[in-house]
Formats: sequence, C-alpha cells, structure tokens
Amino acid sequence: MQFSVLILVLLGVMAVAFHVGRRRSFATVGGPTGVRKLHSLPAYYGFYTALWAGLPALLIAGVWVFFDGTVITAMVVEAMPAEMRDLPPAQLGLLVNDITNLANGNIVSGEVTPAMQSAADHLNELRALGGTALAVVALSIALGAGSLAWRAIGPKMRARNRVEWIVSGLLIACSLIAILTTIGIVLSVLFESFRFFQKIPFTDFLFGLEWSPQVALREDQVGASGAFGAVPLFAGTLLISFIALLVAVPIGLMSAIYLADYAGPRLRSYAKPVLEVLAGVPTVVYGFFAALTLAPAIRQAGEFMGLSVSSESALAAGLVMGIMIIPFVSSLSDDVINAVPQSLRDAAYALGATRSETIRQVVLPAALPGIMGGILLAASRAIGETMIVVMAAGLSANLTANPLDSVTTVTVQIVTLLVGDQEFDSAKTLAAFALGLVLFVVTLGLNIVALHIVRKYREQYE
Amino acid sequence: MAEQQNTRTIDKVNASLKRRYATERRFKTLGLGAVVLGLLFVSMLFVDILSKGYSAFVQTHIQLEVYFDPEILDPEGTRDMEAIARADFRQLVREPLRQIFPEVTSRRDKRALYKILSTGAPFQLIEMVRANPDLIGTRMTIDLIADDDIDMLVKGHIDRNAPADQRRVNDTVIGWIDRLDEQGLVATKFNTGFFINGDSREPELAGIGGAVAGSFYTLLVTLALSFPIGVAAAIYLEEFAPKNRWTDLIEVNINNLAAVPSIVFGLLGLAMFINLFGLPRSAPLVGGLVLTLMTLPTIIIASRAALKSVPPSIREAALGVGASRMQTVFHHVVPLAMPGMLTGTIIGMAQALGETAPLLMIGMVAFIVDIPGGPMDPSSVLPVQVYLWADSPERAFVERTSAAIIVLLSFLIAMNTFAVIMRRRFERRW
Repeated sequence: MQFSVLILVLLGVMAVAFHVGRRRSFATVGGPTGVRKLHSLPAYYGFYTALWAGLPALLIAGVWVFFDGTVITAMVVEAMPAEMRDLPPAQLGLLVNDITNLANGNIVSGEVTPAMQSAADHLNELRALGGTALAVVALSIALGAGSLAWRAIGPKMRARNRVEWIVSGLLIACSLIAILTTIGIVLSVLFESFRFFQKIPFTDFLFGLEWSPQVALREDQVGASGAFGAVPLFAGTLLISFIALLVAVPIGLMSAIYLADYAGPRLRSYAKPVLEVLAGVPTVVYGFFAALTLAPAIRQAGEFMGLSVSSESALAAGLVMGIMIIPFVSSLSDDVINAVPQSLRDAAYALGATRSETIRQVVLPAALPGIMGGILLAASRAIGETMIVVMAAGLSANLTANPLDSVTTVTVQIVTLLVGDQEFDSAKTLAAFALGLVLFVVTLGLNIVALHIVRKYREQYE
Repeated sequence: MAEQQNTRTIDKVNASLKRRYATERRFKTLGLGAVVLGLLFVSMLFVDILSKGYSAFVQTHIQLEVYFDPEILDPEGTRDMEAIARADFRQLVREPLRQIFPEVTSRRDKRALYKILSTGAPFQLIEMVRANPDLIGTRMTIDLIADDDIDMLVKGHIDRNAPADQRRVNDTVIGWIDRLDEQGLVATKFNTGFFINGDSREPELAGIGGAVAGSFYTLLVTLALSFPIGVAAAIYLEEFAPKNRWTDLIEVNINNLAAVPSIVFGLLGLAMFINLFGLPRSAPLVGGLVLTLMTLPTIIIASRAALKSVPPSIREAALGVGASRMQTVFHHVVPLAMPGMLTGTIIGMAQALGETAPLLMIGMVAFIVDIPGGPMDPSSVLPVQVYLWADSPERAFVERTSAAIIVLLSFLIAMNTFAVIMRRRFERRW
C-alpha cells in the first residue's frame, strides 16, 4: 500500500518537474517570445527535468522493493536469540515463516513464544522503518536530481539530444530483458541442479532405471528408496510425444497439402482458421478432455476388446496432445509448401504428372527440410507440454513401451515435486530443477536445429 | 519403327492411367479426410465441453417458506448484528422441511432430509438478515440452494434406474424431491453464485468469482509490464539497433524464448522471484511477472512486424523536414504501427490468460476461498481453477469445470475476435 502511494507520489513529482522545467526554459530566454533562442523545443526541457526527477528514484525504489524482504529477514534472524539462530536451515525457515505470519496478524502453526513475539515486533518495526527510509531516500533523490537538472536548464543546453539519449538507453534496456530472461532461466535451473548433483551423482540421474523420489525421513522407512534414475521419465515423455506425433504429423501434413494444392479458396478460408483454433485452446482444456472424456472412452473400448487399459493410459494423453499440435504441423507445412515455386509444379504437370504425383515427387522433396523443421518444433512442443500430461497421464514411473499402460513424464514430475509444501534443500525438490534443466536443454536444442533448418531452406528459393 | 515405339509408349501410359487416377483419387480423399478429421476434432472438443457444462449455468433451488423466528434469532430483541449472525440459522431452514414432511421422525431420516439443502442455505438467510434486519419476525418464501446431489438429480445427471448402491441419492430422498416437485417447490434458477462466489469444497457453493478476479489482476500486471517493454524492445531492434553480433544474439534469444516450455518459466519464477527476491507465493503479482516474460517474445515479434510494415517513405519524409530519428519514430512510425502492436498484445494476453503450468509452480494452486482484492493477495486464476476442479471427484464439479472452461473460452474468443476486428479495421495497405 505504502509502496504504491510512493510510486504515485513520484509520478506526481515527475509531472510537476515537467511543468517547472518547461517554465524555466521560457524564463531563461525572457518569455514565450524568445523561444527561438532555445536549442530545443520547450517540452524537451520539461521532459529532461522530469526524467531526472523520476528515473533514479524509481530505480532505487524498484531495487529496494526486490531486496528488502530478504534483507529484513536476515536482520531479524541476526537479532534473534542464539539458540533460535543456530537451528538447522529448514527449521529456521519454518520459524521465520511463523514469525512473518505473526507479524502479519495471521494464524500461526505452533505456540507463540515470547522470543517469537519479540522477533515479530522487531520485524514490524524494521518494515515500518524500511518503508519510511525508502520514502525519504527516494523523495530526496527525486528532488535533488530534479533540481540539479532544473538548474542546468539554459538556452545553450542541448535538451533534446540528452532526452533522446536517455530514451534510447531505456529502449536498449528493454530489449536486453530477453537476454536477461534467458540468463535468469539458465542460472536458476543450473544453480539448483548443481546442488542436486552434489547429492545425487550425475550419471545416476541420467542413466538410472528407477525413479521414486520419496526420500526417507527415517532410516527404516519402507517404500522410500529415494531413487533418482530419470530414464523411465525420459522413456514416458518420448512415448507420449511419439504417439502425439503419430497423430499430428499425418493429419497435419495431409491437411496442409490438401488446403494448399486441392482446396478451393472458400474451403481454405474457412478450414484454416478453424484448424488454428486448436492452437489457441488452453492446454488445461485439452487435459480436461483427455482425462474425463477420452481416457474413459479408451478404457471402455479396451475392455470391450478384452484388453486391460490403465485409466491413465499413455494413449489418451498422446492422442489429445496430437490433436493439440496438429495446427503447428499444418501451418508450418503450409508455409513451406506454398514457398515451393510454382515453376517446379508447372514443370511436373507439363511432363504429364498427376497432381498427387507432382506433390509426392516434386513438392514434398523440395519442401522436406522445412517440413522436418516444423515437425521438430512440434516435437519440442510435445515434450515440453505440461497440463495435458499432468491431468491425463499417470504418476508411476513405469519403464514400458505399451501405450495402454500408465507412464509419467518429465513435466508431470516437475509439477508433482514442486506443487505443495516443500523445503528447498531436499533432493526431492532439487530433482525438479535438474529435470527442468534437461527439459530446457533438449527443447532448446530441438528449436535451434529446427529454426536453422527452416531458415536455411527458406533462403534457397529467394 | 519409330512409330511403333511411340504407340507402345502411349499404350503404356494409357494402360497405367487407370491405376494412376485411382492413386490420385485416393490421395485426394486422404487429404480431404485429414481436413475433415481436424475439423471433427474441433467440433468434438467444443460439443463435449458445451454438453457437459451448459447445465451449470442454472442451479436447483428449493422454495421454502421461512419464518424468521425472533425466538431463535434475537431472543433479547437487541438487534445486535454480531449476536444475530451467531444464531442458529439452520433451525430456520429445517422447520419448513419438518412441516412438509411430518412423517419423517427418526434421527437418521431427519438428517438425510436436512441434507437436501446446501450447507450454504443458512448463510443465504444470514446475508438477507444482515441486509435487512426488519425481516426478523416475518414470513417469507425463499429459494434456498439445494445440495449438489439433489441438483444433479433434478438436472437428470443421476440415473434413477441405476441400482441403489450405485447412485448417491437413495429412493427415499428421490421420493421427497418428487413430492416437493409436485408441490412446485423445486425451481431451477440462473446460477448467479457461480459467477460471484469464490472457491468452495461444496460444488453447489463454488464459483469462479475469485479465479476471475485473480486472472484479472494477473493480466493487469502482465499488460502493464509486457506492453511497454515489448514495444520498446521492438522499436529498438527494428529502428535503432545496428546490425552486429549483439543484436543478432538478442534476436536469437527472443526466437528461442518463444519456444521454451512454459513450465520452465515457472521454475524461473519460483527460483528467482519467490526464493531469491522473497515475493509472496500465490500472488497475482508474481504470476504477472512470469507471464510477462512469457508473452514478451510474442509481443516483440508482432510489434516488429507492425513496424516493418510502415513504409520507409514515411521515415524519409519526416527526416527530410528535419525531424530527429527519435522524433521520426515516436511521432510518425509508432502511431502508424500501433494497431498492429495492439493486436499482437491482445493475442499475447489471450495466451497468458490460458496459461496454467507456470502458475502451478509459483503456488497459485492453493485452495483460496476469499476473492482477492489486489495483486498482492493470494489467489488462483481461471485455468488453474479448471485444473483444481477437474481433480475433484464429485459429479457436480465436472459440470462446474466445463462451465468454467466455457467462460474461459468465451473470454479467449472475445479477445481474439477483437484482435481480428481491430486488424481488419485499422490495417493499412501501403
């Protein structure tokens, strides 16, 4: 609440600074009649003052808000009695949680000791202090920088150039966010995976055949072996993705061919957007469809034929995922098929080939690299898809190639390991990040290869 | 000799024609089949969801004449709202049931009888009394929410002919409901609660109000961040960036980010925003930050395409009359590209609205009853609500899940239609 007020106040300061800066530019040249003596348009002097008044303060406030939670917690822990401070990290985390709840006036899980109460009071004190300090610091920076800029205004000052320089700096900063995001993803996944591989050897994870991430809390606990062999997950992911591609590639490719070479403009103008609706449907809807409609239907059909079908069969998840990626295959194939020059087709027709012969022997071979690129992109979609498999595939890590069995996938395990309460140093939670790393690396590799193929192919006919 | 050869070739061709035309027809049919199959999948999906969900938009109510007994509600006559809210409102809704079914006397049957009303029915009365304390001491016919099993029975989702141990409602209860129905006391009304209530464990009380509010705040944060940042990045890359390795790197990065699985963004949000920066779990603010990073590539790519379509003559004209490059871009190019940028942003927002997986990672799956009042309150979003309800075993939740999906899809269709209309309306061909 306080913070949003501060932001509003800073925005107000910026508006005032704009006005004041613009007025001063007039004043330095003796009123509106002398505007021609100014280097830049008066508004630029206003922008200049406003930017100096607003930007540094907003920047400080942003950084402050991102870090004050961590800093204040550290300070509270520092001020705690020694016996509380020396608890193992996990318990300390719980304690800090309780204290935060206490400070917020929420329900606390355990009993409230006087030490906790005093820590909570201390926390509230620090928070109030922090809020005030931020307001004072930000406002004084805003006023200080703003007045410095204001004093610098004069007819010789190149306000437009300076404003444009600042704006282009902002533009560059915004375009760097893409790189920062990638770095953020790599760092966050890599850092936690590194901690995971300190506990579980890398080779055990990558080549182990057994996956049961329940870590034993007691020595003698049954059924909690804590095995982290990810091969069954990889196999399950590949099985489901394979089924999906088996559905999506023929349907997507054939419909792209039909729409590109056979269909009249009317069918094309209706069928294409309708097929693309499939790409816009949220994946959770597909998951619901797979779990509640298709899986029971497949199970009944299996029972009818005397097969035993798991209620969370890989087949149901794979089929629905295939439906989901049809538009990816069809629209990418459509692009490359249309990019094949008409002269190739005309040449084949002139030799007496039928349409299907032209397509199969001339168009498809020419479009093949692009189509392969599209299929690879679709495969990376299928591998990274989460909601369909979370809702329709199983949790048990079976190493099987039977599509009627239940398998689990990398994404399902990430979700099950990370949803719910968790402590951040157990191998169980960290395993999710290791799986995330594998997922990121594999999909990134597929994308790079696919984009490379598509781009290389496109250049050939241009 | 040469002629003989020729006739032989043409004979060969003619002989093979039948086979070749058959292949041609087969191939064409296959293609048509694929298109039809694809269209069939679309219609199957929509028909399935619609047929499961349409009935959730009405809700079964039981009309009972309730006497707001002052003896029970306010024995001392103080009209103190605090004390009245603590009174036993269940008595009020049970009394008329006892009058209609005087023959029900055993404890067990009575309990079953009371259960045809939702546990939320007494709260309905509390709200009414809170709004108008003068009701105390009056009689009034009120539509009380029925239990979800009764709702399913009335809507015909429970098979009355199934063996008794396979249905959730036994014959006695069915008898009671039929008697109520004969007296015209069973009514199905439009289900307003579904749109304004928060989540609940009781299907008949659960609504999407909280999830819609959560989605709204999440999208607000996403829009406020991703639109300015995406447009700024696109402007830099398209109008100012020199062609060098740095800008190439940024381009490759943006293209790759567009294809990174969404769940990986969730991992980023969990590790960075929640663990490192200590932002609150389950908050729309964090959800919005994560979705911002996810939708940025979409917006940047669309905005760049929009900027690219502005003809160079506009830029040259502006530069020619003495505008600086910055003035050229901001006064002339960007306004012309704005419709395209906004279209891309709407499509990005539609993507963000349907996204589930990264939000699971940052804890937006918690069971939250309260409707969030701001971007820092814990909340859920619409697709996550769908996921949560899809896991619930009650038949009534299947109906509600489908209805929530219908609402979600209507939002998406509305957004996409708006984007298409905007593109048609404002797109300029140069």
